[in-house]
Order: sequence, then C-alpha cells, then structure tokens
Amino acid sequence: MADATALVESVFRQESGRIIATLIRLSGSFDLAEEAMQEAFTSAVSSWPENGVPDNPGAWITTVARRKLIDFVRRENTRRDKQDAISYETESSQQPEFDLSEDASMMYSDDRLRLMFTCCHPALNIEAQVALTLRTLGGLTTAEIARAFLLPEPTLAQRLVRAKSKIRTARIPYEIPPIHMLPERLTSVQAVIYLVFNEGYSATAGDSLVRKELCMEAIRLGRTLCELLPKEPENIGLLALMLLHDSRREARTNSKGELVPLEDQDRSLWNYEHIREGQELVERALRMQRIGGYQLQAAIAAVHGHAKAAADTDWHEIAALYRELARISPTPVVALNHAVAVAMSAGLEKGLGLIDQLGASGELDKYYLFHAARADILRRLGRKQEAMDAYEKAIALVTNRVEDAYLQRRLAQLRDSLQSKILPEIS
Amino acid sequence: MRYMLLIYSEANARVQSDEERQKTMDGHWAVMDETKKLGIFRGAEPLEPTNTATTIRMQEGKVVTVDGPFAETKEQLAGYYILDCKDLDEAISWASKIPVNCWSGRGCIEVRPIRALPVRAEQPANGQYATSVR
Repeated sequence: MADATALVESVFRQESGRIIATLIRLSGSFDLAEEAMQEAFTSAVSSWPENGVPDNPGAWITTVARRKLIDFVRRENTRRDKQDAISYETESSQQPEFDLSEDASMMYSDDRLRLMFTCCHPALNIEAQVALTLRTLGGLTTAEIARAFLLPEPTLAQRLVRAKSKIRTARIPYEIPPIHMLPERLTSVQAVIYLVFNEGYSATAGDSLVRKELCMEAIRLGRTLCELLPKEPENIGLLALMLLHDSRREARTNSKGELVPLEDQDRSLWNYEHIREGQELVERALRMQRIGGYQLQAAIAAVHGHAKAAADTDWHEIAALYRELARISPTPVVALNHAVAVAMSAGLEKGLGLIDQLGASGELDKYYLFHAARADILRRLGRKQEAMDAYEKAIALVTNRVEDAYLQRRLAQLRDSLQSKILPEIS
Repeated sequence: MRYMLLIYSEANARVQSDEERQKTMDGHWAVMDETKKLGIFRGAEPLEPTNTATTIRMQEGKVVTVDGPFAETKEQLAGYYILDCKDLDEAISWASKIPVNCWSGRGCIEVRPIRALPVRAEQPANGQYATSVR
C-alpha cells in the first residue's frame, strides 16, 4: 500500500497542474476542480494496487475526476431545484455552459497557460497570485506554501479562499490575455514562476533540499512562456537562470543529503546540456539589448558554468555583473553576493568591509545570509572565534534544515580545530 | 454580469478650458454610444462636485447632517457607469476608455461587481436596473 501511495504522490507532483488546469476549464470552478481531483487521486490509491497502474496515469485521473465533476454538477442542479425559499434574480448574461464531454476533457497545453495567467491576474494581489499558482500549478499543499513564506497555515488558507472568491465573484476570466495585454501580464507570471522554481530549488523546510519536480515544472512553464513570447528577453533570461541553477542540482547535495557549496562541488556532476543551453539563452537574450534582472542573474550563473574548476572562476566578471544587478534590484541579497564576489576577486578584507558596511544599519541582523556570509569570509581569514560567533548567529536564524546542517558542520569544524591546538590560533 | 464603474477624480486641480471639457465629454459619449450599441449599457451619470455634497450619519439614534463628502480624500466620486459585461477583463477594458479627469485632475476607476438581490414574492420583474440615460 505504501508503494501505491508513493506512486500516486509522484503522479500528483507531475500531473496535478495539467489536470487541474483542464478541470477548471471544464467546470469553471477552482473549488470543484480541486475536490474532483482530490477524490480521483484518492480512488487511485485504492484502485491501482488492485487493478494495476494504468498506462497513462494522468489520463486515468482526469477521466475519473471528470466523472466526479459531472456528479457534482448534477447534485448542485438538484439542490438548486429543490430550493424554493430563496431564488435569485436571473443574471442578464447567461451562465456559461460547461462542456464535460470526453473531447472537451482532452488536456490542451493552453490550459496551463490559462491557469497561469488567471492565477497571476493583476486583480489579485501578489501574495494571492503566488499562493494560487503554487497551490494549483505547483501542486504544493497549503502547509508547504505556508512554510515557504514563513506564514501560519491558516493565513495561507485564508489567502487561497479569498483569491478564489475574488476570481468567482468578480468573474476573472479563465483565459489567456489578448496579445496587447500580454507583456504587462507577463511580469507577474515571471515572478511567480521564479518563486516556484526557488521553492523547488531550496525548500525552506523539510528533509530534502531540492524538489526536482517543482524545478522541472517551473522550467516547463518557463519554456512555454518563451514559446508564447519569444521576443521578451526577460522570459529567456528567466529560463536560462533556472536551467543554469538546475544544472548544479546533482552536485549541490552529497550522498548524505548535505549541502555542498559551489566551490566544493564535483563539477563532473553538473549537467552540461543545461549549462550549454543556459549560456546560449543568455547570449540570445542579451543580444536583444533590453537588460533585466533575470538576464543578469543568468549571466552570473553562466560565468560559474564556464569555470572548469572553482579556481578558474572569473570573479571580477561576477562582481561587475552584481554591480549592474544592484542598479536594477538594490536588495540585501544582491549586495551581499556582490560583497562575496569582491572578496573573491579583490581581497577578503575588502569584501568583509563591504558586508560590515551593509550591516551597519542593523537591518540585516535578522537575515541569516548576512551572518553566514560574514562567517564564511571570517573563516577564510582565519579569524576563527569571530567566524564561530557569526555561524552561531546564522544558525539561530536559518530555517532550511539542510542549510542549517551545513552551517552546523562549519561551526563544528572550527570548534574542533580550535580545541585540537594547544595554543589558540591568534588571527 | 453587471459591474459598477466608479469614477474618482482629483477635485479642484485647475480650471479646465472649454476644449478640455468638450474632450472629456466626447470621451464619455463615445463609451456610452459604443456600449449602447452593444446592448451592455445600463446607466451612467455624472455627479456634481463634492462641495455640493451632504453626508448624514446616525449617531445615538439621531440623524446628524454634515456638509461635505463622507471622507476628505484627494480623489472623490465623480460619477458612475453600470455596464453588463461578460467578465472582469471586459469591464476593465471599458474602464480604461472612460475619461477620469472629470474635474480636470487625475483620477481612477474602481470596478466592482454588482450583487444580485434576492427577489421578493410581490416584486415586479424588472425594477432593479438603474435608470438614467444621458
């Protein structure tokens, strides 16, 4: 029974976005589609061990879910007919007819685009957009999304309820926007896809650092976006960025599931097909001469991809790219990454100086990455006690279990090296 | 579904020329004509500026009457449209065609779906639509 559940879960991860997109088109309702799909997956868990796994699990689920939708609609119509207490004034525009036939049930690739643009409709606030996309297209549970954004689960659940209610009550259409609206609507879609990718790339909670399927889903969505609007360099930049990050997936964690930092990674494990594709895409995007955040981040990742070994990394180029990026996107992460690049190219003390400057206001005190970056440079400088203090601060703030473990290991290494010397090292 | 498009405009920004006033009015006529032709127009009216407004509230069971709009905001309600649109995007596309500089300043349009009222037993069938045509 455990096998069946695991299999169904993997089918869910891979297919639920496509399935629910089609079911929403068929039923016109997020809630009904979700309910029908859940019930279909529950049926699968009991049916597949007995009757065997179907050749096309996704189609099986869709068919079963569709039948449940038909049942729901029948039940709903019966309930309405029976209700004579309140009747509502008829809408002047007709209720749309929903076609639940077999032909209509075929999963059109358009359906995911419809879902994507609907989830990312500007009439929804950005938090709602992200939550809804992750829930429906990404297939994450409410709990997983809540953890990713460090929110209580009921808050996230409310967000989803309100978003679906807005879609229903204000009649946000389940359509791909007309061509003249697409560029505008694209920015939110890009942001959400990238957030989905990041959720898969570095889950902020849970036992594994990487959620492969989520990254693949984000990349799939990114490819579809590029097909639809090939002349948008930021779409291409986004896809390149995701491919380049994803190329390092196998090398990012070791056999024990521990985080391996970039400089220690076994580069023979990098996916060079992804890297080549990513680099080509970066070049293609930059040629369009409309620079943007995704393109720059992708360019940085491409520089890493070029280096056969960590020592070959062109840190000057990376520092320069981070300076450009800081102009468009002056966030603490960018500033910290720039400081690290400076440390690696122009000297550790210089980099540390930049980081301390950033931290002067105290704004970054609660940000684990600030302390982790400081700790790293202090460690390289041999300032062990200070490094240990900084690692401890980072550990107190980090939420990702795997990153936590990495920081703990660094701390332990320093402790051991301090204890193993008769005289403490003065640095 | 019917949507109300509420036009909010900056009041008293500056005095409009006759030309500007005409341009604004032409913009409104255009939307009204087009939507009537499509059979989706349900009403539209401009409002007199907020210096003509009076607000009443109930305070401790008594009616209190106060000069002015309910809130002193930069943008004030200037008028409304009611359009019968198939979805929010259609309502938004009409909203983007409606002039918002009714009082010569900047403005915005709030798009809100109109809620269906329950029908009472003796209610005549079509009393609910906003009347007014200009």
